Amino acid sequence: MNGSVVLRRIGGGVLVLWLVSLLTFALIQLLPGDAAQAIAGENATQADVDRIRHELGFDLPVIEQYFRWFSNVVTGDFGTSLYSGRPVTELIFEAAPATLSLTVMAIVIAVLVGVTAGIAAAIRQGGWLDRTITSLATFGIAMPSFWVLMLLLLPFAVLNRWLPATGYAPMSDGLWPWLSHILLPATALGLASAAELARHARGCAADVLARPYIRTARARGATGAWLIRRHVLRNAAIPVITVLGLHVGRLLGGSIVIESVAGISGLGTLAIQAILQRDYTTIQGYVLFSAIIVVLVNLVVDLLYGWINPKVRA
Amino acid sequence: MTATLQFQAGPAPAVGTARRGRTSTVASLMRRPSFVVAAGFLVFLVVVAALAPLIAPHDPSAQVLEDRLKGPSWSHLLGTDDLGRDVLSRLVYAARLALLAPLISVSVAILLGVPAGLWAGLRRGWVDAVTGRLSDTLLSLPGLAFALAVVAVLGPGLFNAMVAMGIVFAPSLYRVVRGATLAVAEESYIESARAIGCSTRRIIWVHVLPNIAAPFLVQVTILMGVALLAEASLSFLGLGVQPPDSSWGSMLEVAYQNQYDAPLAVLPAGTALVLTVLSFNTVGDAIRDTVARRRDS
Amino acid sequence: MTQATDPVLSVRGLTIDLVGPTRQRGLVEDVTFDVPQGRSVALIGESGCGKTLTAMSILRLLPPELRVTAGEIRFAGTDMVSASGRTLRGIRGGPVGMVFQDPMSSLNPTMTVGDQIAEARRLHLGESRGQARAKARELLDRVGIANAARRVDVYPFEMSGGMQQRVMIAAAIACEPRLVIADEPTTALDVTIQAEILELLRSLQEQMGLAVLLVTHDLGVVADFCDDVVVMYAGHVVERAPVEPLFARPRHPYTLALLDSVPQAGRARTMLDVIPGRVPPAGAFPTGCRFQPRCRFAVEQVCAAPQPEFEPEPGHRCRCVRVGTHELSLEKVS
Repeated sequence: MNGSVVLRRIGGGVLVLWLVSLLTFALIQLLPGDAAQAIAGENATQADVDRIRHELGFDLPVIEQYFRWFSNVVTGDFGTSLYSGRPVTELIFEAAPATLSLTVMAIVIAVLVGVTAGIAAAIRQGGWLDRTITSLATFGIAMPSFWVLMLLLLPFAVLNRWLPATGYAPMSDGLWPWLSHILLPATALGLASAAELARHARGCAADVLARPYIRTARARGATGAWLIRRHVLRNAAIPVITVLGLHVGRLLGGSIVIESVAGISGLGTLAIQAILQRDYTTIQGYVLFSAIIVVLVNLVVDLLYGWINPKVRA
Repeated sequence: MTATLQFQAGPAPAVGTARRGRTSTVASLMRRPSFVVAAGFLVFLVVVAALAPLIAPHDPSAQVLEDRLKGPSWSHLLGTDDLGRDVLSRLVYAARLALLAPLISVSVAILLGVPAGLWAGLRRGWVDAVTGRLSDTLLSLPGLAFALAVVAVLGPGLFNAMVAMGIVFAPSLYRVVRGATLAVAEESYIESARAIGCSTRRIIWVHVLPNIAAPFLVQVTILMGVALLAEASLSFLGLGVQPPDSSWGSMLEVAYQNQYDAPLAVLPAGTALVLTVLSFNTVGDAIRDTVARRRDS
Repeated sequence: MTQATDPVLSVRGLTIDLVGPTRQRGLVEDVTFDVPQGRSVALIGESGCGKTLTAMSILRLLPPELRVTAGEIRFAGTDMVSASGRTLRGIRGGPVGMVFQDPMSSLNPTMTVGDQIAEARRLHLGESRGQARAKARELLDRVGIANAARRVDVYPFEMSGGMQQRVMIAAAIACEPRLVIADEPTTALDVTIQAEILELLRSLQEQMGLAVLLVTHDLGVVADFCDDVVVMYAGHVVERAPVEPLFARPRHPYTLALLDSVPQAGRARTMLDVIPGRVPPAGAFPTGCRFQPRCRFAVEQVCAAPQPEFEPEPGHRCRCVRVGTHELSLEKVS
């Protein structure tokens, strides 16, 4: 991919992030009533309210507030939690590994299961495998991931105690503890995406298999695994990759609920607590951080797409 | 492949035959068993929701604490929850929210997305660029995260949560409407219409809307399903529907709390959710496949 | 090299039906012809006459709805119709190479040209990627592509149509085949490029002693390039002959009409001699001779009966009872 395209993509991403920052900043401004009062709570004295107002800069004109906030954000200062007083960035980085483990595992599962199933269904179109996979995928799309987790927990954690039902263990505790805690939640989270990817991959693979160059490859004696690996995979992967970026956003959202069900202290839990505690700075930080992740992932996906598709590369 | 040589294809119908073809689209839809079942289920759901007081065997909020967490029995077909309330009755009453909540979101999405999409598709220009960027921005926020933020500001509650989701959905609807409008705008009959002096409003009503109806409806059905799942998630977290109201999502939360005592309690509400979302998706798929087939034939 | 007297490819009584929700019989019916070693045979006819179906059926590349329901296809002694998957794979791309019509869509857009040429060698000769790519470079050179060393790593869309077709040809001859089947290799190309490609095929054929089956609808190509001609109409072979006798003295009314309908440079500008009527659609073939409705020499009782193949001259065969019984004898209008 040539440099100017990459730059343009990065530029687009930056623009989007800036707009997100505007939106996030605007959120606090939208608080009904006096923001400082709302934050200070009912039992605060007028002095407290004034102090808060000054600290958070509410007494400044809006534009100035925004600049102050934005320059802080850009230098990595997302403010301090209104609840605990700790820097928001610290809270986020504490909570992030769990969420990222969950989300990355979920994507891996979604791609491995979904794309494989989709291609398998496309190869034997109309056969029983195809019909089974397509039906399962249709159901899978309709299932809320937290419900899937509850169903998975039943045999694995509730009725039998093979896997822990709740909690998170970081990788530093060892591979199996980490895996045993993350496996069920990640599977539940990834399954809905897997179902969608299966449908999409099936369509793309079926389209590729009908193309003339597949016939040419067959005429050269290519068949089975060779045909799939060399001819189908790359061409079918291209449209699938483009959807992957969309899925990440949805997975981040879904992870919020999964964390709640699985008792994982990640970003989602942080966000929910922040809402219940009216910790607006943390909420802002969380929204901004999520957006950054999604934009970054989309950028990577774009670049990946450009690398895989030689037409864009030239 | 030469196989296509053997099939004499008829001429493709002009895209502008939407009006004439609309009744036969419905007819072809009715011939698909999956559509009939799915649409039938949705109609059934509407009836159940409307007639809830007549159908529910018990008062959904009646607590009989001696009968907590009982399994299915003749008096409680789906068992009782942790406060002794009849699950079936609660399920029936919650059907109302299952239909209303997505409706709120989708209405917001339509109000925001459709006019913008129409404009962007017809007029292009700077409006297109601006709304495009805005939509990209909204799409880059994880939907639920944004909804959480809005709920944080406006306070928990079903209405707020659903409006937030509606804002999150608007970009996808905008994209679909814009794309479909662009495709229609490029048809030459639009040019002819303008050439004979049709006003833009007339062009929209008479030519554009009927032809974008299909992709629009497909997207709406998808959004209804997604909205329902989002409502379930938010209510599960306690940020959507607030007590004493309950939706299937909040019922799931109760069931989850009591997982160890009543493992199967998660099934009723979850199944209801899955069936409803499945029905929405199937209806959307059926519309999409039917219209595509007619265009190709 | 010892030339076996048996033809490399021998097709006998080939019949292809469409099986599926709509059943159509006899899309290709009772087709018989040979391709001897070292000679190029043209399979010519209008669109829809079944020539491509016939060519595809040799390597069993037909879609599942189209099935060979009768007849025999022998390649170097192996019966292709009943051969196992393994045997088939061994033959495809190895002893038989195939060149397709539209090179742009017949080449994998995400694979380099070199890898696609090398593929057959890796599959059939077990070569490593490096070895096969080295050979691919050689082959690119052989088919007349300049800068072969650089071009090996290029993608199809970076090449012109003519060059893409050369790549296809290179891939088809990669394993030194005995037979090359070319399905309308020049149809999608510009006229000047067509001549180059045909010249390339001819020189390769001479160098390698290839047998070539060339499917085409272009009489000019046939006249320039081929040794023998098989004329097809609506799924039947109507005439088979070496190229000179065919052009000098066509026996079948259809061939005659075909030759007459080609506009000749230098002739007086009169109305074109078109053949009145249309090719019958697949479901509605007439019984007996399928050219009957459009043939000005048709006699109902005779032509509605099944028409066997006659041999009015040694090596020159014609499927027409009236010609075979010498009731009808055609003179070409020059």
